[in-house]
Amino acid sequence: MVSDGIQVRLHGVTRIYPAGEGQKPVHALGPLDLDLRQGEFFSVVGPSGCGKSTLLDVIAGLASPTSGTVTFEGRAVAGRVPDGVGVVFQEDASFPWLTSFDNAAFALRRAGLPETDVRERVEHTLSLMGLMPFARAYPAQLSGGMRQRVCIARTLVTRPRLLLLDEPFGALDQQTRLLMGDELLRLWRETGATILLITHSLDEATLLSDRVGVMSARPGVFIDLVETGWPAERDSRIVADPAFGRITGRIWAALRDQSIRALDSAR
Amino acid sequence: MTRSGWIRLAVIGGAVALLEASCRLGLVSRHAVIPPSEMARGAFRALGAEDVRGDVLATLLTVAQSFVLAIVAGFALGVLLHRLPRLRRALDPFLASYYAVPTFVFYPVFIVLFGLNRWPLVTIGFIFAVVAVAINTLDGLSRVPRAFLRTAQVMRLSGRQTLLRVILPAAAPWLFTGAKFAVAYSFIGVIAGEFVQAGSGIGHAIAFAYNSFDNPTMYGLMILLFGTVGTINMILWTWEQRLYARRGGR
Repeated sequence: MVSDGIQVRLHGVTRIYPAGEGQKPVHALGPLDLDLRQGEFFSVVGPSGCGKSTLLDVIAGLASPTSGTVTFEGRAVAGRVPDGVGVVFQEDASFPWLTSFDNAAFALRRAGLPETDVRERVEHTLSLMGLMPFARAYPAQLSGGMRQRVCIARTLVTRPRLLLLDEPFGALDQQTRLLMGDELLRLWRETGATILLITHSLDEATLLSDRVGVMSARPGVFIDLVETGWPAERDSRIVADPAFGRITGRIWAALRDQSIRALDSAR
Repeated sequence: MTRSGWIRLAVIGGAVALLEASCRLGLVSRHAVIPPSEMARGAFRALGAEDVRGDVLATLLTVAQSFVLAIVAGFALGVLLHRLPRLRRALDPFLASYYAVPTFVFYPVFIVLFGLNRWPLVTIGFIFAVVAVAINTLDGLSRVPRAFLRTAQVMRLSGRQTLLRVILPAAAPWLFTGAKFAVAYSFIGVIAGEFVQAGSGIGHAIAFAYNSFDNPTMYGLMILLFGTVGTINMILWTWEQRLYARRGGR
């Protein structure tokens, strides 16, 4: 239950990877605090290797924080993905042995839902994603963008209240990314889910988000939280809005030094 | 039939016709090779003989036993090596050089151990096939994309559900290749063993016909053997092609 409008709360979260053979431990994340409001679209940008994906793993329950607490709807997230959380990864995770329909139905069938309910929910979600004509197609017969839509559909059918997206459009070209962004905004409005998007693209973050969290170089902490002020009814045409350039400029101003730092430490 | 299928048929048909003509025209000695038409008659005659049918059945049964044991043990070994990377690193050199070892030299040892029955043959077929299954299982499990396993975690699948619904289907092409090798290696091991020392089986019958200068029976049995192994392999190949086509090589 969300009583104070805060769906996810991170308090003093750190993540330190233990030392490998002959190596030092890697302090990847934090300490950081973050509140995600219910129904907001929040994006995270930061230099490569700053711990963005680690942050997502910690929120999802795919990895435990070394210290600090993560709560989802008031309950601690402890080493298991909570009910109501969906994740879409950057890599193509569509199952090649299943059709688009069966991919989308996978989680519902495993949860033991009656087949009539499965069919109804999957058909609705595939229609929403423009995938109904390809319901019987295998992933190998689809483009990269459509495969990613299958993965999003597979997550959406479970009706997640929190949707975590780890660079889901990373492998797509710019035009497709913009159009997929529009689709994502439409889905966000229709489902009312909270979305946390990890992205490398400042434009994408500015365009899609209510708030953008800017992370420092490793260990990643938030150095700026930028409110975009966009209305809920928005799409990719706002790139022509003068505020778009202003917001992107502010994010880059915060990020530039951190990116240089990350590059220097990688050399 | 596809164009490549017609070409394949034409190549085989052409080779058979060429051999038939060469034998009939005396270009090839009949003491060495008989015309394919006589081989086919020999095969047909052999199939009619009760003792030959018994030999075929004995061989198929022995191969089936080797195959099943190799699949079960090979899969278990593959899973074990996948779970224990240190053991895998320790055994890697042995696995890599396994097929350089002439395993047939152990055949007399197996006869001493198991006696003069079908078990030494089952064992030869088994040890020939088991490592191919283990290596392919290991390969398949190592290639399951991490994103699939993370997806299973996100969907809160149990360990058993993850294995049955995600890992095994994802590794299926490699497991299938392992099974295909197991069929071929089991046949090779068992037939070769029957050739060397056995009282029944197709290999034994071929060796017996050879020693008796009975070329029509020898070639007839060889054709029966090729036909059986070829048919099994073609079925597996067709199945595999369908699997790969649907998955686009993934």
